[in-house]
Amino acid sequence: MRAAALSPGLADPVADAQGCFRAVLDAMSRPGSVRRVPADVRPPAPLVPAAAAVLLTLADAATPVWTDAGPDAAAWLAFHAGCPLATSPEDAAFVLACGSPPSLGVLVQGTDEEPHRSATLIAQVAALEAGSGGWRLRGPGIEAEHRLRVSGLPSDFTARWGANRAAFPRGVDLVLCAGREVAALPRTTAIEEG
Amino acid sequence: MDMGEIIGTTAEDVVARRRWMGVLARASGAEIAARLREAAPLPPHTRLRGPEIGLVMARGRQGGDGAPFNLGEITVTRCTVGLGSAAVGHAYVAGRDARKAELAAVLDAALQDRALRPGLLDAVIEPLATAQAERAARTARKAAATRVDFSTLAVMR
Repeated sequence: MRAAALSPGLADPVADAQGCFRAVLDAMSRPGSVRRVPADVRPPAPLVPAAAAVLLTLADAATPVWTDAGPDAAAWLAFHAGCPLATSPEDAAFVLACGSPPSLGVLVQGTDEEPHRSATLIAQVAALEAGSGGWRLRGPGIEAEHRLRVSGLPSDFTARWGANRAAFPRGVDLVLCAGREVAALPRTTAIEEG
Repeated sequence: MDMGEIIGTTAEDVVARRRWMGVLARASGAEIAARLREAAPLPPHTRLRGPEIGLVMARGRQGGDGAPFNLGEITVTRCTVGLGSAAVGHAYVAGRDARKAELAAVLDAALQDRALRPGLLDAVIEPLATAQAERAARTARKAAATRVDFSTLAVMR
């Protein structure tokens, strides 16, 4: 057996994880805004740096992670984050989708009493562009509306997101990652096609 | 530098790896570094994780065979390095010696390589094991000199 080639994780685990946490917190509290993760991390393909940094920041031994990124990326995450790897998306606290994301309805939804026990979907997309064009976002954290253009999601994603919103307070939250950039949509945000 | 075949997970491999990690864990960082200076130079390594310091719960058994209990937390330094393209070495050592943890991880990675292993076993592991055995024997002799024989008490029961 040859050990899979591992690459290093966060260069400065404490400072980098705190910087990434701030980026995700800002992105989640102002849905549709695009933030840059401050960490310099080179994960194995097909992981992008933003998705890898977000998972190294948020995942730990108590949060099962499911990913479609292949065995090398899964082994890298398990080693650096110390997270268990879920065998199916239904069992995971964090779902990392490099390809087409799984149906939102099958992910852990939380309960009406404990909606925070839901899964977070981390989706890698081709590009994120805030400011003009694309989706019109409304909801808590947005004064009037935010514009966010996302390339690389399936065309029926906004319909799926509408169903996810309808189950409030249950539902999943979404983190979008492209390159080193991250944007987030909590389950309260409404998407209108622009 | 050419890297040889990396060892697998057969029973002999596991036993051999356990032995060299045990020897490295009992040696001091300075001892390992001194032995390494006399060995052939190792290929460059990259740090994958650490060295970083943390706590682990040490467990004990009363009398060696009682029910396990939590003895207390001990400080542990861990390090993982990559050597060449395939070998990954891990080390968890008691204490706060980051250099020792890194050297042990590098040696773990190098010793998994069948081409590097014989030279390193002769130059590093065997001399350390011999020194540790001598130290243990010396302590045992000292203890034996002050031994009290309780056989007379056994008769009184």
